[in-house]
Amino acid sequence: MSKADAAAAILWVGATFYALFGGADFGGGVWDLVAGGPERGERPRALIQRSLTPVWEANHVWLIFVLVVLWTAFPEAFSAIFTTLYVPLTLAALGIVLRGSGFAFRKSIEGLQGRRAMGATFAISSLMTPFFMGTVVGAIAAGHVPAQGNGDAFSTWLQPLPLLTGAMFVATSAYLAGVFLVGDARRGGDEEMERYFEHRALGAGVVAGALAVAGLFALHSEASYVFDRLTSQGLPLVVLSLLCGAALLAVLLRGGRRPLRPLAAGAVVAVIWGWGVAQFPYLLPTSLRIDQAAAPDPTLTIIFIVFAVAAVLVLPSLGLLYTLAQRDLLESEH
Amino acid sequence: MHPLDPLPLAASASNLLAAREQMAFTLGFHIVLSCLGVALPATILVANYIGLKKGDEAAIELAKRWSKAMAVTFAVGAVTGTVLTFEFGLLWPHFEQRFGAAFGVAFAIEGIFFFLEAIFLAVYIYGWKRLSGWAHFWSGVPMFVTGIGGAFAVVAANSWMNQPQGFTLDAAGKVTDVEPLKVLFNPATPYEVPHMILAAYMVVGFLVASIYATGMLKGRRDRLHRLGLLIPLTIGLIATPIQLFVGDTAAREVADHQPAKFAGMECIQETGGHQTEWLGGVCTADGVKAGIGIPDLDSFLVGFNADTEVTGLNDIPQDERPPANTLLHLAFDAMVGIGTGLLALGAWFAFVWWKRRDIPRTPWFLRIVSITGAAAILALWCGWIVTEVGRQPWIVQGYMRTSEAVTEAGGIWFTFALVLLLYAAIGTIAILVLRSMSRRWREGGADPEAGAPYAPQEEAYGQ
Repeated sequence: MSKADAAAAILWVGATFYALFGGADFGGGVWDLVAGGPERGERPRALIQRSLTPVWEANHVWLIFVLVVLWTAFPEAFSAIFTTLYVPLTLAALGIVLRGSGFAFRKSIEGLQGRRAMGATFAISSLMTPFFMGTVVGAIAAGHVPAQGNGDAFSTWLQPLPLLTGAMFVATSAYLAGVFLVGDARRGGDEEMERYFEHRALGAGVVAGALAVAGLFALHSEASYVFDRLTSQGLPLVVLSLLCGAALLAVLLRGGRRPLRPLAAGAVVAVIWGWGVAQFPYLLPTSLRIDQAAAPDPTLTIIFIVFAVAAVLVLPSLGLLYTLAQRDLLESEH
Repeated sequence: MHPLDPLPLAASASNLLAAREQMAFTLGFHIVLSCLGVALPATILVANYIGLKKGDEAAIELAKRWSKAMAVTFAVGAVTGTVLTFEFGLLWPHFEQRFGAAFGVAFAIEGIFFFLEAIFLAVYIYGWKRLSGWAHFWSGVPMFVTGIGGAFAVVAANSWMNQPQGFTLDAAGKVTDVEPLKVLFNPATPYEVPHMILAAYMVVGFLVASIYATGMLKGRRDRLHRLGLLIPLTIGLIATPIQLFVGDTAAREVADHQPAKFAGMECIQETGGHQTEWLGGVCTADGVKAGIGIPDLDSFLVGFNADTEVTGLNDIPQDERPPANTLLHLAFDAMVGIGTGLLALGAWFAFVWWKRRDIPRTPWFLRIVSITGAAAILALWCGWIVTEVGRQPWIVQGYMRTSEAVTEAGGIWFTFALVLLLYAAIGTIAILVLRSMSRRWREGGADPEAGAPYAPQEEAYGQ
């Protein structure tokens, strides 16, 4: 593996963590959105709030990590993506601002009206960010981003594959959040909420799966390079994802109490790495290869060092945070 | 489009202005919140330490309240910081394209610090109830370290834009080699980084103190308000003299290494010795009008000698001169003026405290302290205006013009307008939320943060 490939792998690791944990946070917002009126939605919203509060900011940092690694290790790709897909990227950023501030304000603002307005902002923007992030990923995979940048502002992502990918991101986020919240409800001994989120995780999983199948057709017609490799080199990962997804569905349908999170995470991680394998050796298929886009060696070395430090310091700290949160040692209501 | 059509150029010039305004506005908004991220943890930990060590409940209560406020400001700071990250690509894609490989190194390091800060902040903020006193205190210490580390990395990146080094360019202008340590420890790092970290401590110290001074003026003179004034005020006042020393050094370094910026901020038109130091006034092509002039002082401050030659704008090529010299000059004067005023306030306070272990009795002391928060923020903004507007027309001093870095994308004026509206709303709501939190603390009522986000009221508020 060349240094540039290793840096690309680090980028993918960051993207994987963001998809898993950031994705689950966004999904929490989606379930908040569809939880119904104040009475009906009270308990799911309280559970979502408790689960999200201590961890969402840390989860969000993975996005910063991905962006910084991208512009440092692959400056040309960063510039090409941002000068082409600036419309969905701006909308994704808008969603991030609305979501974070809406969530933070909702807890502390006075009056039911204010809370509902902040809550609605948080919930609706939780749809926006994963959707537009998905269109960005779809447009890259489809090869709509030219290496020299400044691709068309609209026709590069207003295409079936990017739009389907956006929808799939939303569904996958909801699916992940549903599965995570089942676990949180179990831990709290709340069987009603456990059932509640089991049903929703199941529904979101089926929708995500259906969108993935539709996406494969779009991939076939829009992104033949990625499609061909996804169905050859990437096939084992696709199969793994399918198996994880099917196993999870089986567990959910039979109402078993086996741990769900590893299966849900496995299904998502396998798809992300399948996409990576299918794109290889391109960062922007098929106009910019990883080695063409890579920064000089000393810069890549710094990225490796930063990644190693992150592995030694950040991952255990995140582990501590999650452990404290899972043992209910952190209280969202102070 | 016809190649001679003037539109693309006009569009790009308009983009440049829009992009600079948007960057200035979003950075100006975020920088206040990042000061809170850098320096509020230490302020909270001091109160927490006093509380634990002396069993002082008022101090513990202050640490709790400040950490709850920090939960709000850190959340808004995290998202406005993300906006800046996006803006590097949305507004300045060619900057990243050409130099991301060099100065991105600093941001990669910042990423680690930000990560750790977000994690330990969450542990500290939400750990009040269930973690034991000292374990909880120590869980907060990493926030203090990572806040400083993060500030170092980000400001090192900005220093590099002022005094770039540590990279090799090929004939096409592409970065072919990078020396990361030279990027991080560029010649501007040693003064810019401490200048900003001290600024953060001043902003936080005076801002928090000004809130409690306002409360005391309204007659709330309990121990909580007294400590709430004294802890942050002491932090701000300790930072001030060090800041003036660092800032003075920084100005001399700027005179040496960025003479155009220095000539702009001091409005020096002709190169030569015996330069007059102008306070205030309007900067014109004939020098400062309507300002107070102190003969020779400028030369003396630059080289400790009235004969010291200072470069004037006449020796800077026309197309490399910074714009808006009156703005630059007044921003610089306002920053130094506010810093000097705060130093005088500190001397007054220290003298009275030394005499009789109390704050000055006159209400004027509290009145002045109550506006120091706003003054410190104004000085912070002025400092960023000096360093950023003063570096124009360069984005990377001597290597890349801001006009070369800007995006060709359409709609920047539109996004700027959107950002103005959005940030105005967020700023207003954040202040309303913080004020209502403070009112609830004073009234000691039920905490509406308990329970579901917007469950039926009797349930949410009834417990």
